[in-house]
Amino acid sequence: MTAIDRVRIMVLGDSGVGKTSFVHLTANNEPIRSPSWTVGCSVEVKLHEYKEGTKEQRTYFIEFWDVGGSNNHRNTRHVFYNPCHGVILVHDSTNRKSEMNLHKWLQELINRDVNSTVVSSASVDEYDPENFFGSSQMPILVIGTKVDQIDERKSVIGTFASQFGVDEIVLDCRQARYLAAGSSNAVKLSRFYDKVIEMRYHSQNMSFREMFGSNTVSPVLPSKFYSPHQD
Amino acid sequence: MTFLQDTIVVLLSQVTFFVGAWIFFVKQLFKDYEVRHIMVQLIFSITLTLSCTMFELIIFEILELLDASSRYFYWCLMLYLLLFVVIVLNPFYIAYYCISNISFVKPDYIKHLTILVWIIFIVIFWKFGDPFPILSPKQGVLSMEQLVSRIGVIGVTVMALLSGFGAVNYPYTSMAYFIREVSITDVMNIEKRLMQAMDMVVMKKKRIAIAKRQSLEKINEGMPRRSGLWSMIYPGSNNRNQENISQLKLEIAGLEELSRQLFLEAHENRNMFERIEWSKTWKGIYFNFLGYIFSVYCTWKIFICTINIVFDRVGKKDPVTRGIEIAIHWMGFNFDVNFWSQQVSFYLIGCIVVTSIRGLLLTLTKFFNRMSSSKSSNIIVLILAQIMGMYFVSSVLLMRMNMPPQYRTIITQVLGDLQFNFYHRWFDVIFLVSALGSIVTLYLAHKQPVHENL
Repeated sequence: MTAIDRVRIMVLGDSGVGKTSFVHLTANNEPIRSPSWTVGCSVEVKLHEYKEGTKEQRTYFIEFWDVGGSNNHRNTRHVFYNPCHGVILVHDSTNRKSEMNLHKWLQELINRDVNSTVVSSASVDEYDPENFFGSSQMPILVIGTKVDQIDERKSVIGTFASQFGVDEIVLDCRQARYLAAGSSNAVKLSRFYDKVIEMRYHSQNMSFREMFGSNTVSPVLPSKFYSPHQD
Repeated sequence: MTFLQDTIVVLLSQVTFFVGAWIFFVKQLFKDYEVRHIMVQLIFSITLTLSCTMFELIIFEILELLDASSRYFYWCLMLYLLLFVVIVLNPFYIAYYCISNISFVKPDYIKHLTILVWIIFIVIFWKFGDPFPILSPKQGVLSMEQLVSRIGVIGVTVMALLSGFGAVNYPYTSMAYFIREVSITDVMNIEKRLMQAMDMVVMKKKRIAIAKRQSLEKINEGMPRRSGLWSMIYPGSNNRNQENISQLKLEIAGLEELSRQLFLEAHENRNMFERIEWSKTWKGIYFNFLGYIFSVYCTWKIFICTINIVFDRVGKKDPVTRGIEIAIHWMGFNFDVNFWSQQVSFYLIGCIVVTSIRGLLLTLTKFFNRMSSSKSSNIIVLILAQIMGMYFVSSVLLMRMNMPPQYRTIITQVLGDLQFNFYHRWFDVIFLVSALGSIVTLYLAHKQPVHENL
C-alpha cells in the first residue's frame, strides 16, 4: 500500500439530525439502510482525487469522524477532536433549534485545546465570527438534512451559513440522487474537500485571495487588530 | 358576591400556573426540539395547572381562605377536569401519535384505529380495578369514586416506586463512602486505548477502500481482455479480494463494538473523576453530610414500612398532632393546640407540596432528556403528562394521612368513601419492594476500583 496522505474532517451536530446517514451516503454512494444512534464515534473513509483533471492530481484519504451528539457524553467527546483539519456541521432542516445549536458545537470544537480536563461552558453570546477566522482557519461546510420532511407552510431560512460566509448543502440523506456525480451538491462537496487538503498540505503556496476570498485580512494577525486600509 | 371574588382568585392563580407550566415546557423540557403540534404543549400545561390548583385548594383549606362552599365547588370541578384529561383526552392523543408513527398504517384508518385502541384502554382500565379491595360495595357503577380509586392505585404505585428508588439512590450518589477512586491517569489510559481501537478501525477501512478501488480498476481493465486463458490461470483472484473484504468487515464490526464499550467506560470513569473533584468542594461536603442524614431517614422509613406490613398496623395519627402531643406531654409546653396545629400543618403540607412538585418535574426532565429522540418526543411528553396527572391525584389521597382530622373532611367529602387504609398499605408494600430492588441492583452494579499497574 503506497503511502497515501490523509485529512480528518469532523462531522458535528445535535443528536438525531442525520450525521451518520450523511457520512454513509457520501462515503459509500448509497443510503444507509438502518441507522442507529451513534455511541462514541463512527469513522468512514473515502478516497478523493485532489485537483482532479489537472497535472497535480493526487489521491488523498478523507476520514469522516462522526461524533455522537447526545448531551450526556459531552465530557468524553473531546478525545476525538484532535487533530482536525475541517468541519462539517449538520443540522436538521425541520428543527430550527438544531441550527441554533451549531454555534455551541463550533465553540466546543475550538475550545478543545484550551482545557482537556474541564470542558468550558463559555457563553456563546460573546462569540465573534471574525475572531474565529483569525485564529484557526478551518474550512467549514454546513449541511441541512431531512429536506423532504420540511413543512411547506413554514419557511426555513438558515442564517448560520451566511453568517460565516460558508457553503450550505440541503439534502435528503435517504436518496442518493442528491449527491450524484456532476450535481451542484457534489461539486460543492468536492470543492470543500480540496480546500481542506490545501489548508493542510499546501497552505504555503496559497495566496491571500484564495484563502480569504475578497476580505483583505492578514492571515497572521486577528482581524480585529488590522486596519482596513493596508499600508 | 363572595363566590364571584373566589372565582376571580382561583382563575387568577390558574392563569399564573398555566403560564408557569408553559414556560417550563418551552425552556426546560423541549429546549432542543421544535414544537410541531400545539396540542401536546396544551395538554401538558393543562395537567400541570389543574394539579397545582388542587394543591392550592388544600392549602386554602388549611388556612381557611375563601368560602367553604366555593372551595367544595372548585374541588369537584378540578377533579372532574383532571379525570377527563387523564382518562379521555391524554390516552386518545397518545394512541393517535403512536399509530401515526407506525409506517404501514394508511392515513384514513388512523382515526378509527385510535378510537378502537382507546376503547380497549378503557376496558383494561376498568378490569384493572377489580382485584383490589378499594371500594365499599355500596357505590354505584359509574361514579367518581370508581375512577378515582383506579387512578389512585396506579398513581400510588408510581409514587412508591419513585420514592423507594430515590430513597436508596440519593445516599448512594452523594456519599463519599461509595465513590471509587479514579485518578486522571486511569481516565487517560482508557482514552488512549479508545483511540488505538479507533485507529485500527480507520486502518482497516482504508484497506477495504483500496481493495474496492483495485477491484474496480481490474474490472474496468479486465473487460476487454476476457480471454479464457486469463480466467483459467487466475480463477480465484476476484474471489480472494471479496474474501478479504468480508473478513475485514467482520473485524471492523468487532472493533467498532469494542470502541463503543471503551467509550462508555471512559465516559463513566470521567464522570466518577468529576464527582471526586466536586466532592472536595464546599458544596460537595455539604451534600455528603446531608446524604448521611438522609440515609438514616431512609433506613428508618424502610424499617417502619416492614413493621407496618408485618404487624398489620396503619398509622392513625398524623405526624402534626402526634408531634404536638409529644411536645405537650413529655416536654411540658403549653400552647394553643388549634392555632399551632394549623400553622404547623400549613408549613408541613406546603413543604411536601412544593418538594413533590419540584422533585417530580426534575425527574421528568432528566427522564425525558435521556429517553427522547426527535421522533418520539411528542409521545414521551404525553406519557409523562399522564403519569404526572395520576401522581398528583394519588398524592392528594395520601396527603390525607398527614393532615389533622379537621382538615381531612374536604378530601373525604369530595373523593367519597374510599378505603384509604388500603392505599397506605399498598404504598408501603411497593415502597419496600422498590427500595429492596434498588439496593440489590446497585449492589450488583457497583464496580470495584480498577487500578492498572504500569
